[in-house]
Amino acid sequence: MARPIICNSMAEAVSDIPDGIQLLVPGFGPGTPHNLLTALFNTSVKDIHAVVNGVGFPSAATDGRKSLGDLIAQGRVRKVTAAFTAPTHPSQQSIAAEMIRTGKMEAELVPQGTLAERVRAGGAGIPAFYTPAGVGTLTATGKEHRDFNGRTYVMEEAIFADYAFIRAWKADTAGNLIFRLAARNFNPIFAMGAKHTIVEVENPIVPAGELPPDQIHTPGVVIEKLVQIPPDGFFRDVPRA
Amino acid sequence: MTEAHTIAGKERMSRDFIAAVIARRFPKGWLVNLGVGMPTMVGGYVHPDQEIVFTSENGVIGYGGILSGNDVDPDVVNAGVQFVDLVPGAAIVHHADSFALIRRGMNHVTVLGCYEVAQDGSFANWRTSMGEWDNLGGIGGAMDLAACAQQVWVMMEHTTREGAPRLLEHCVLPVTAPSGVTMAFTDLGVFSVKNGRFTLEEYAPGWTPEEIAALTGAPLDISPTVSEVQFPR
Repeated sequence: MARPIICNSMAEAVSDIPDGIQLLVPGFGPGTPHNLLTALFNTSVKDIHAVVNGVGFPSAATDGRKSLGDLIAQGRVRKVTAAFTAPTHPSQQSIAAEMIRTGKMEAELVPQGTLAERVRAGGAGIPAFYTPAGVGTLTATGKEHRDFNGRTYVMEEAIFADYAFIRAWKADTAGNLIFRLAARNFNPIFAMGAKHTIVEVENPIVPAGELPPDQIHTPGVVIEKLVQIPPDGFFRDVPRA
Repeated sequence: MTEAHTIAGKERMSRDFIAAVIARRFPKGWLVNLGVGMPTMVGGYVHPDQEIVFTSENGVIGYGGILSGNDVDPDVVNAGVQFVDLVPGAAIVHHADSFALIRRGMNHVTVLGCYEVAQDGSFANWRTSMGEWDNLGGIGGAMDLAACAQQVWVMMEHTTREGAPRLLEHCVLPVTAPSGVTMAFTDLGVFSVKNGRFTLEEYAPGWTPEEIAALTGAPLDISPTVSEVQFPR
């Protein structure tokens, strides 16, 4: 069976990423691939179309980690597809929202379940689906509608991206992945939803056969590269007071 | 000076009070989703005997209290990315399965924050601009939940900071869903939303139905069983 490439560093893992890619970025607080995002930040890659739950903010962490918000702030993200493109509270300011407002970055705002399902469908070989979410709202503007059993649905098209960055708890050399608790979120879906899936792993990568096949969340056949998070890498967020 | 101005300064129910009033209304065994913001407070006021199961968009099915300090597991958060604890019997699924459960209508109710609610059950909670559509806003899972939960309850302030009503004949802001709200809980009372009408079911302590109607931007029916809100024990 084809094995994923095990990279020696985060920099190596992102070294051949070209400009202009569509990139899946999972995470919902926990489960964000901060090490790969930081390594990408340290390249010159630009014109990214990011698919992400929220556009976020530049990282406020003092440990050097970067987020998608840092790439956005540098003008290296051409477009975002997200469920949050602006802060929910009008009093909050956001660089990303200001860039969208002034036309410096393109945006596509979608309901969160639709975002998840669009990538799930893409990774499952399904080109489009119908959902009731967003019917009768601005997000359904211009999209095909169809009635089933007396209810109106909107058609949403699948997303199959060029790259996905994934954050896993455990992995084996076959690329099989296990996620921990709510750090799972978008990770298994996004791991399936791209041509090139790169995974940062918290625990030491174990030999194939050591993880129980019954407990694998993502099969290794969809994984292209694995990289161990180094001891001085970015692990979990520090609990807030 | 209008009546609305003279009563605008009266004391209203606190967010905790409203949260407790909402929590009290959950029938036993309901599967409940709490939206980001004010609604997350509701979880702190359910009684264990109610056996409520709280779900969160990020795939957490069965969480309890909001935690802080060093007792948290950094990999367990709710939809507001607040650290929470898992209850016995909890399950965690990925985001697509989480929304599969939402879309198939598993949630008996979703309690969502709200800027405006209209008498037709439409409501607005994701965008404060009425300008040209520019793909800016914060939807999160609200549209999926609003379209698919069995009931939608909104938790909100009755008026804007300037005193304008948030209960309206028609939403002015872009809607989250064109229908679906069945109950509105504000700092002035409890309202049912049915057949294109608001009905006052309970009023805040110290307020009269007439005063509340004066601060409401749509016709307000008064329930024949209307009473003062009792702070739940």
